[in-house]
Amino acid sequence: MAQVQLQGIVKAYGALRVVHAIDLDIADGEFVVLVGPSGCGKSTTLRMIAGLEDISGGALRIGDRVVNDLPPRDRNISMVFQNYALYPHMTVRENLGFSLKIAKRAEAEIAKAVTEAAEILSLTPLLERKPGQLSGGQRQRVAMGRAIVRHPDVFLFDEPLSNLDAKLRTQMRVEIKKLHQRLGTTIVYVTHDQVEAMTLADRIVIMRDGRIEQIGTPLEVFETPVNTFVATFIGSPPMNLLAGRIAGGAVELADGTRLSIPPGHGAAEGRAVTFGVRADNIMPVGHALPPTAHMAEVEMEVQLSEPLGTETLLFAMLAGTEVQAKMLNPRPVRLGERLRFQISLDKCHLFDADSGVALRV
Amino acid sequence: MASNASHRARKRALSAAHFIGLFLAMSLICLPGLWIVLNSFRPTVEIMAKPPVWIPNSLNLDHYRAMFGGVGEGGVPVLTYFRNSLIISVTSTLVALLVGMAGGYAFARYRFKGKAALFVGLMATRAVPGVALSLPLFIIMARAGIIDTHFGLILTYVALNVPFTVWLIDGFFRQVPRELAEAAEIDGCTRWQAFWKVEFPVARAGIASAGIFAFLTSWNEYALASQLTRSVNSKTMPVGLLDFTSQFTLNWGGMCALAVLMIIPALVLTFLVQKHLIAGLTFGGVKG
Repeated sequence: MAQVQLQGIVKAYGALRVVHAIDLDIADGEFVVLVGPSGCGKSTTLRMIAGLEDISGGALRIGDRVVNDLPPRDRNISMVFQNYALYPHMTVRENLGFSLKIAKRAEAEIAKAVTEAAEILSLTPLLERKPGQLSGGQRQRVAMGRAIVRHPDVFLFDEPLSNLDAKLRTQMRVEIKKLHQRLGTTIVYVTHDQVEAMTLADRIVIMRDGRIEQIGTPLEVFETPVNTFVATFIGSPPMNLLAGRIAGGAVELADGTRLSIPPGHGAAEGRAVTFGVRADNIMPVGHALPPTAHMAEVEMEVQLSEPLGTETLLFAMLAGTEVQAKMLNPRPVRLGERLRFQISLDKCHLFDADSGVALRV
Repeated sequence: MASNASHRARKRALSAAHFIGLFLAMSLICLPGLWIVLNSFRPTVEIMAKPPVWIPNSLNLDHYRAMFGGVGEGGVPVLTYFRNSLIISVTSTLVALLVGMAGGYAFARYRFKGKAALFVGLMATRAVPGVALSLPLFIIMARAGIIDTHFGLILTYVALNVPFTVWLIDGFFRQVPRELAEAAEIDGCTRWQAFWKVEFPVARAGIASAGIFAFLTSWNEYALASQLTRSVNSKTMPVGLLDFTSQFTLNWGGMCALAVLMIIPALVLTFLVQKHLIAGLTFGGVKG
């Protein structure tokens, strides 16, 4: 087990920089998820930690060693790949034991480690099969088994669940979390799925265009996003963003609707701002959570409704922008029906209209 | 109903036509071979008969006996030719495979300057007819003193086969996902171990098929070998066939007998490796 420290890590291909001097401290035993849209540099960062990509600048420490130029085999890490990368010509048993065999461990020791890993991941009945004879979920488990057999300092996961169907993904998510609780090994996990990030991570690192936008616990990044990118990326459905302007100490939307400035936020008179509110904080009157200290009300016309069972997602227009709202204890909603919605201002956000940066005071 | 019956009849007619078509095609491919085998077992009179005798009257091993017999009795140094063929083909195939693996891997995995041009260049060498090279080759080899040696022919065949093995093996390595080698490196392998323990075994089937092609090319090659060999030092079996021609006669039976001996090892090898090919083609280490 070990901590991982990235100091000003840069990845450049010639003049093209894809990772811009990122700093990240990962504590021993921590589960850190790198999340971001495709091309944000999260996989490249992971591959640099693994030693599969050269590091163009900065220092990478695993434990207390600088490992910038160490080959992958000397970093004592293991990695689970998106496409599993099982060795097709070996049985599950050989796949699991491969790393120990390369390390020239004794047969008995290998057998013991393989049996143990197979038990943890319920692979015992599959040990003699080849990867080609396994289902997607089973392959995934073998890939994880191969990673845990050697008791590495750090586990690296590169979008391990993206090839699985939705149900299996949820199941494997739980297994990964259990595995972490059981082994307590440091994990760096890359995904583009914010739900995976939220559910698995001790800390989430949100990346965009080779830069870190925000680092924080799942609740921190959900409740206090530093900018509109994080606000819309984390949380489902994405946060509603409404363009407006500060006028007379309140936010005035395009159609003249006035909303008080959310508590904890502030901006100068006349400044162009973006008002952010999640679907959970804008609900029809009579179908909402108990009111918080600061509330506002707006009337909107419902354009579309998506019943989800315990709640219904409503799409409505507010000041020319489509807004998603949640309706608790749902009742059927007619198209075009005008409803009054209450907004819980304590949970709302204010961002600068140009830079997207949160305007907290 | 009527249309159902007519469709069924049509389906049957089609499958019958399919069968007949296949039979004709296979006959076209197999008959010459069968004819050679047949001729090697029957007397010259019957081979030369007009109209041809399709069903042989008597079969015997006379041609084989004569071939292995003394020089005066129509014998040829079969075993020497066989040994020459084997040494030259096996060595040149192994070398072509090694070079092909190195080259194919480089083309499949690495980016380097002039890659496309180099690849086109390699392919372009295939466009030159081998016979056109025979005279320059002869002159060069004669000057270098390697005419009528195993080495000379091996060199020629390696040069002949390398572009093809590079191209073929490149294709097979492209099918092996990069992540396999990366996973092996993370599992503790050096780059070299990752290649030999993971990428090579996975691409083995493809490499074996490249090997068959290279072997058969060398084993069957005649045009260049007939120029570059002089004596039993290096004459290969295809060149040995020429021993059955004399000024006025052609010993067809003897030729066919030697041809059969040539076919057997090639056939055996193909069968052996083919089995291996099918077994090796069961990929599945990655999602696919």
